[in-house]
Amino acid sequence: MSALDLLFQQLINGLIKGSLYAMIALGYTMVYGILGIINFAHGEVFMIGAMVAMTMTTYLLTVGVSPVLALVCAILVAMMASMAVSLMVERFAYRPLRHAPRLAPLITAIGMSFILQALAMLVWGREHLTFPEVLPSTRINLFNNVGITQREIIIVIVSFVMMGGLFFLVNRTKLGRAMRATSENVNVTALMGVNPNRVIAATFMIGAALAAVAGTLFATNYGSKVHFYMGFIPGMKAFIAAVLGGIGNIPGALVGGLVLGLVESLGAGYISAEYEDVFAFVVLVVVLIFRPSGLLGQRVADRA
Amino acid sequence: MSNETTMLSVKGVSKSFGGLKALSDVGIEVKKNTVYGLIGPNGAGKTTFFNVITGLYEPDSGEFLLEGKPYKPTAVHEVARAGIARTFQNIRLFGQMTAVENVMVGRHIRTKGGVLGSILGLKSVREEEKAIRERSMELLDYVGISRYHDYIARNLSYGHQRRLEIARALATEPKLLALDEPAAGMNATEKVELTKLLRKIGEDGVTILIIEHDVKLVMGLCDELTVLDYGKILAQGLPEEVRRNPKVIEAYLGGSH
Amino acid sequence: MSFLNKLNPRQSVIGILICIALMAVLPFVAHALGGTTWVRIIDMALLYIMLALGLNIVVGFAGLLDLGYIAFYAVGAYAAGMLASGHLTDNFAMIQQAFPDGMHFSYWLIIPVGALLAAIAGIMLGTPILKLRGDYLALVTLGFGEIIRIFMNNLGKDGFNLTNGPRGINGIESVSLAGHPLNRPLMIGDIQLNKEFLYYYLFLILVILSVIVCYRLQDSRLGRAWMALREDDIAAKAMGINVRNVKLAAFALGATFGGVAGTMFGAFQGFISPESFSFMESIVILTMVVLGGMGHIPGVILGAILLTLLPEFLRFTVEPLQQMVFGQLLIDTSILRQLILGLCMVLIMIFRPRGLWPRSEGGKKKVDDDSSQPAATATPSN
Repeated sequence: MSALDLLFQQLINGLIKGSLYAMIALGYTMVYGILGIINFAHGEVFMIGAMVAMTMTTYLLTVGVSPVLALVCAILVAMMASMAVSLMVERFAYRPLRHAPRLAPLITAIGMSFILQALAMLVWGREHLTFPEVLPSTRINLFNNVGITQREIIIVIVSFVMMGGLFFLVNRTKLGRAMRATSENVNVTALMGVNPNRVIAATFMIGAALAAVAGTLFATNYGSKVHFYMGFIPGMKAFIAAVLGGIGNIPGALVGGLVLGLVESLGAGYISAEYEDVFAFVVLVVVLIFRPSGLLGQRVADRA
Repeated sequence: MSNETTMLSVKGVSKSFGGLKALSDVGIEVKKNTVYGLIGPNGAGKTTFFNVITGLYEPDSGEFLLEGKPYKPTAVHEVARAGIARTFQNIRLFGQMTAVENVMVGRHIRTKGGVLGSILGLKSVREEEKAIRERSMELLDYVGISRYHDYIARNLSYGHQRRLEIARALATEPKLLALDEPAAGMNATEKVELTKLLRKIGEDGVTILIIEHDVKLVMGLCDELTVLDYGKILAQGLPEEVRRNPKVIEAYLGGSH
Repeated sequence: MSFLNKLNPRQSVIGILICIALMAVLPFVAHALGGTTWVRIIDMALLYIMLALGLNIVVGFAGLLDLGYIAFYAVGAYAAGMLASGHLTDNFAMIQQAFPDGMHFSYWLIIPVGALLAAIAGIMLGTPILKLRGDYLALVTLGFGEIIRIFMNNLGKDGFNLTNGPRGINGIESVSLAGHPLNRPLMIGDIQLNKEFLYYYLFLILVILSVIVCYRLQDSRLGRAWMALREDDIAAKAMGINVRNVKLAAFALGATFGGVAGTMFGAFQGFISPESFSFMESIVILTMVVLGGMGHIPGVILGAILLTLLPEFLRFTVEPLQQMVFGQLLIDTSILRQLILGLCMVLIMIFRPRGLWPRSEGGKKKVDDDSSQPAATATPSN
């Protein structure tokens, strides 16, 4: 493969991974926009989505449901599971600490993350389980050995459709308006008759749904292995993507996710594949030092 | 030369936040050993001006002279070292530390006990610690709250917290003590006590710059005043002059407010 | 030391002597009750106390949330791994030539080197994050911990095998005191003291030194500067404190505790691998500090002891209990441990955020502004 071909291949790989990061990042950025906290447990929400989807898919396949239908059903069930988990995290780890110093919810979030991992271990065990192959993995050659699999095309399409749905929701619906208003000023919005708890719950649920889809798609494509610890690193990278794009900024999460995916792919391709995980942290430090408001700037007012 | 008698000379300070011009060409001359008052309606820019002088904000323009020498606060922590100590409008104490510990922090820049010396327990460091504690107790006594020296700062009553903040500022051995609304929230008796304390501090050789809303307190205490309104100087001079200035009267009693 | 202040000097001395006697006898008691395993657990508890005390400087004193503290432990351990084993001589011809008989450095050298390297790592971590707000700072520290682990895992390739990668480093020499390597049993009369016993006394001395250092730092100019920074960084700056340097000092000094503990861990186990230095470990240490009482030295020690004993306690009680009730082991102890750890973090923050044993607060809230005493006549400035 020529150098240019390698570049294109890495770009494509980066975009695929980046769209998954973007979906997860949206969850982080929306919660940060409204509550001002890092939802550390969001990575576990992603993980649970993947695990539930795996179990559902496996089960449905054994009862003879067609692969694509099985996957769709599994995703729906996974979304519900993730939404439930996310709501519980909000209710038990964050809501009691709404008025506590900001580091307190971070610590409880880590605690919830541990609890969710332990519960996942109890249900599914420690071993890496396999996600059944349901999406076609035929590789389509674009040019000169640069290609993309059918599965990856589906991933990108599904990701963008879901994110498009989110943008529509946030910008064109009443709920979306309420979400945007609450993230600007909770108290005034409440005075306008919007129930902040409901808006917050909706925010968590939407983020969780996206994470569940991302988890499922991730599991189908990257090693096909799911396990209790699979949410940790992608979760952190997605948060870094959100910061990169501008925390609290919804289009920023999309941009940040794609850019981070590209940086990682290019880094892994050209510098070192083993240190792939390090690039994200380097990006984080660079962003926080040189442009802390992110690429698209933040819409959250600074708290001293 | 006026340089010897002037503690703080500020000229031409302007500061904008985005489109909002918070300060326009503000300047004051604070003479040594006087009490200088900065008054004006809410939002006039008084605290912004304070924050500029004490290094929290960088002004768009402005020249400063402290005791005749150029003074350019680039970092907040250099301000105290240069000799300006401040209190805050919303009281910023070290809440979980005791009263005496709060004051001891004030002694930080005038002492030098190092890490190694502290870990090794060197005699010189131990003696300096003792001196720091004694001095801090003296200061608590000076402002009248030595009885509460081992109380956690946030458990103190409001009035005592304000005094503690002053004691802490005094611990830095300031040439200029900058007080941001020290009497806010106090009742009449407390204000009288505060005025006595501030007069005493002034008599003991500290120049005072004070932001206050309580006009009566300010008129009784200050040697000179500046009135700010909408970020601009409305009037400057002796209290009696300022009080009779028609623009000031209009700003406080009627007109556009 | 607040509780000691309440006793008169004679009581204090007696109290301290009793404590020393108890601590000297502890390993024998533990051995009688549970054999060498229990003594080993106490040895690890001592190491964790050192780690918790170090993290307490960063989190408890200075208020900087460090989620990657284990990195400093790793630095210290690998310092021992490289300087006290044959790894470097085996893998680098140049070093083999320089030290044909092996390196065999004394731990009097290795411990300070480990501490220094850890301090440098602390400064490297602290420098880029000086201006960051609490939660971002925490995330970067997490990244730092992960990066160190990734490097330890990957620097073991042929050609440049610095850390031996996931295989870890074996054959780390033990500490020797007065010519006697501590991993060889010592006979005193009829009594045989194994490695666990000998290391216990060494670790105990190190812990006592650590506690003394922590108290001295707490009651020092720097200690107050840390706490001022923690309580209100703007007010701290207004009082002239160079917050930047103070933060770096916290990272560096906190890290040295980790470095020393790490070298001791390497010497004690004789073997280290990147597995021991995971994010989970960082969180365990953090929970020790948070659970015990952030910023309060006795509380932090309590937290370290509780959380080190927790898995053993679970193994001792919950396992047989499950056997009894269910006839089998339904819940693996390590999963239970993680579950309890997570619950601890959540419950403590919600119900007792200052920890189990926080610093005692002086003074009740005054309802009325009691009249202050008449102001004295001392001058405000000298």
